[in-house]
Amino acid sequence: MTDAPSPAWPRALRALALLAVDPTGLGGITLRARAGPVRQSLERALEQVPLTQRRLHPDVSDIQLFGGTDIAATLAQGRLVRDPGLADTPALLILPMAERTTPGLAARLGAILDCGRGHALVLLDEGIDNDEHAPGTLGDRLAFHVDLHDTRWLEARVSLPAPGDLDPARKRLRHVASSGNDAAALTALAARFGIDSPRAPLLALRTARAIAALDGHDHVTDTALREAAELVYPSRATMLPQTDDDPPQPADQDTTPDDAPPDQDQSSPDALPDDIMVEAVRALLPPSLLDQIADARSGPRGASGTGAGARRRGNRRGRPLPARPGRPDSHARIDVVATLRAAVPWQRLRRAHHPGAPQRVIIHPGDIRLRRYEDRSDRLLIFTVDASGSAAMARLAEAKGAVELLLAQAYARRDQVALVAFRGAGAEVLLPPTRSLVQAKRRLAGMPGGGGTPLAAGLVAASVLAEQARGRGLSPALALLTDGRANVALDGAGDRARAMEDTAQTARHCLSQNIPGVVIDTATRPGDAPATLAAQLGARYLALPRADAQGISSAVTAALDG
Amino acid sequence: MTTAFPFSAIVGQDQMKLAMILTAIEPRLGGVLVFGDRGTGKSTAVRALAALLPPIPVVEGCPVNSPNPADCPDWATVISDKTIVRPTPVIDLPLGVTEDRVTGALDIERALTRGEKAFEPGLLARANRGYLYIDEVNLLEDHIVDLLLDVAQSGENVVEREGLSVRHPARFVLVGSGNPEEGELRPQLLDRFGLSVEVTSPTDIEERIEVIRRRDAFDRAPEAFVADWQAQEADIRDRILAARGTLDATDTSDAALRDCAELCVALGADGLRGELTLLRAARALAAYERAADVTRDHLRHVAPLALSHRLRRDPLDESGSAARVARTVADVLG
Repeated sequence: MTDAPSPAWPRALRALALLAVDPTGLGGITLRARAGPVRQSLERALEQVPLTQRRLHPDVSDIQLFGGTDIAATLAQGRLVRDPGLADTPALLILPMAERTTPGLAARLGAILDCGRGHALVLLDEGIDNDEHAPGTLGDRLAFHVDLHDTRWLEARVSLPAPGDLDPARKRLRHVASSGNDAAALTALAARFGIDSPRAPLLALRTARAIAALDGHDHVTDTALREAAELVYPSRATMLPQTDDDPPQPADQDTTPDDAPPDQDQSSPDALPDDIMVEAVRALLPPSLLDQIADARSGPRGASGTGAGARRRGNRRGRPLPARPGRPDSHARIDVVATLRAAVPWQRLRRAHHPGAPQRVIIHPGDIRLRRYEDRSDRLLIFTVDASGSAAMARLAEAKGAVELLLAQAYARRDQVALVAFRGAGAEVLLPPTRSLVQAKRRLAGMPGGGGTPLAAGLVAASVLAEQARGRGLSPALALLTDGRANVALDGAGDRARAMEDTAQTARHCLSQNIPGVVIDTATRPGDAPATLAAQLGARYLALPRADAQGISSAVTAALDG
Repeated sequence: MTTAFPFSAIVGQDQMKLAMILTAIEPRLGGVLVFGDRGTGKSTAVRALAALLPPIPVVEGCPVNSPNPADCPDWATVISDKTIVRPTPVIDLPLGVTEDRVTGALDIERALTRGEKAFEPGLLARANRGYLYIDEVNLLEDHIVDLLLDVAQSGENVVEREGLSVRHPARFVLVGSGNPEEGELRPQLLDRFGLSVEVTSPTDIEERIEVIRRRDAFDRAPEAFVADWQAQEADIRDRILAARGTLDATDTSDAALRDCAELCVALGADGLRGELTLLRAARALAAYERAADVTRDHLRHVAPLALSHRLRRDPLDESGSAARVARTVADVLG
């Protein structure tokens, strides 16, 4: 925290004022701040936006969003009554805890914004770490992004234009003219900051128009253009403009717009002092830009640490369970027979109560029974065992013992197991996914040792298995037992350097597949190589202790469950 | 529904537009899957396609859009014998859709209020002889995907639940779009799509500027913008209709068939669906370009569309599968 007043607050106010002028055109705003007085005062200021406010929550059901049957009214009136959803009426949707939004909800909200019925969205992003943030699909559709983490309450004084000023601005907005050059300048600028999505310049153009309208102009001025770029671009920038001598952006990013010869930028028909705009936006770039680029490239995005566990919603397929009373929503189906059965005993009483009821059967909302299913997503434990000479010499027997104990546990938990061994020139799936403990034990016992260490091939085999398993609805996990000393490359050549390179690459691939796992170091002395490999895999590292197999297996269980 | 952005006004994205046009010419291709970055006009193109499709004759009031009264299913109470002409149905399958809405189910309203057993047709019935569009198809719940796979293959929707036993034709073209960052698509569903396109943001500044200009013009005055593009839209529609007419007359030589087979073998595509799709797509392209027979150029052009999603994934090849197809095409066809 610095002593200088944070520039974020005036930007936030400006963004809010613009949102009040053109809420649906601009889409909305992402407010990144912890819940607190600063955010509260800003939320209060949202009242200036001329839309009804509707507060959502990350678990909002589809019926609330898109509408559905109003059971109580339907039963009372004897005909189908629909309950309108949030998507039907224009509203300012406010989503707190936006960093926990699931991709499904993000897609639904995106669809609502896209259908153009006059919705705007405010994302209240309470993420703390860099890897916790509101979904990109939504942020892409909203014009503004403001980070208020460093804003102190004393600065947070709300001063928005009076409603009397906003109304004429809204009227003026329709007549604000913009030249083709404005669009060109904003697009060129977006390209220089490595912003890929065409929505960004479009939103910036609309912002510029709203600024012009708010400031009382009838065309987009240069100042408006610059301010629009300052408001819309900083949060989306993926690289610094190329004016620097040291381009910090990663090489395989989509650099083509930037690699284009510089005369392209100059030839683009912008009468605007381009550099001033670049400088202005650059001053507002988040300091963590480079970190974010690095984050985006490594590691599973938003999957770990967001508290979102593996989904297991057991009410649509699987083994049927007895029906249960409840409110139907899009995730559950009504069990008609059970519902009627629940209503039957009361018919005479109810008929006496409502003698003139038109229905043949009088059903109350409380009679509704829902279908339930139990769907267990099995875990698949893929044992990938290094059976090479180096490991075999050292501790293959111990590793086998550990695997055997883990197998027993897997059996108890009804997990499935698969066994991949790698040695010599390649890897082999000794045992495809199975629940058969006997078979697994037999294959394990018969597993020979010796030869080189084709670690990369082993990882490829394991990841292919994992992917197939995922397709069948299993949740795969990887247990890799190795000493990490890869010396056979993927193509079978005995080249240590290339083998390590291939291993690192396949490990990154596994990481992108998001396979949880554990690396068990089976070397005589715990070394760096397996630890590095574990980091590349995003897996836990466990040095096989000089202990009995029992200790190992409990350590592995703890690592995989935790 | 709001006015759709005109198809012809979409800047660039030629592969995507070509794929859409090819399915419009040859519905048996099996649909299009558009995968790509955010904001690349995926949904825009699909919605624009609807305006391009020629109208079809249907029996008035038939829930499954039957072409003549004899085809109407027996469970539907169709009163009229009149045939009307209506636009090709393009049905949206929203993400949060329930199984009942998709396949159709017991009419809860009639069951609960009148105690009658009646079938309420779902989205699959409405999409018969038309298009079924799934936005964010990779986020679709698994059990809905299972349903779609089954019906897309058999062309018939069978409902056996709650004492109902109903079947009706459901032949539709699947059109899906999605962002690969948000999740993978199961290979089984991938295979059901005839063509697949990967779209990326345009990298050329001038092209981007044009995108922004047109979109902005459309946002400010949709009707005027659509009117401006009327002529181009009509032009494409006419070419599609003409191509449909000449499709059957377009020749496929044995050499072209051999090329198809060799390409698929070289790429290691699973099954024979790849060859069939490749052939049909090339024939549709030939018809669209008013050529008399399928040439190697046509094959070369449509191979990435028809094959790139049928390859086995190679974890080490980081270039996209379209690039791999292009490489193999260059090897095989010279």
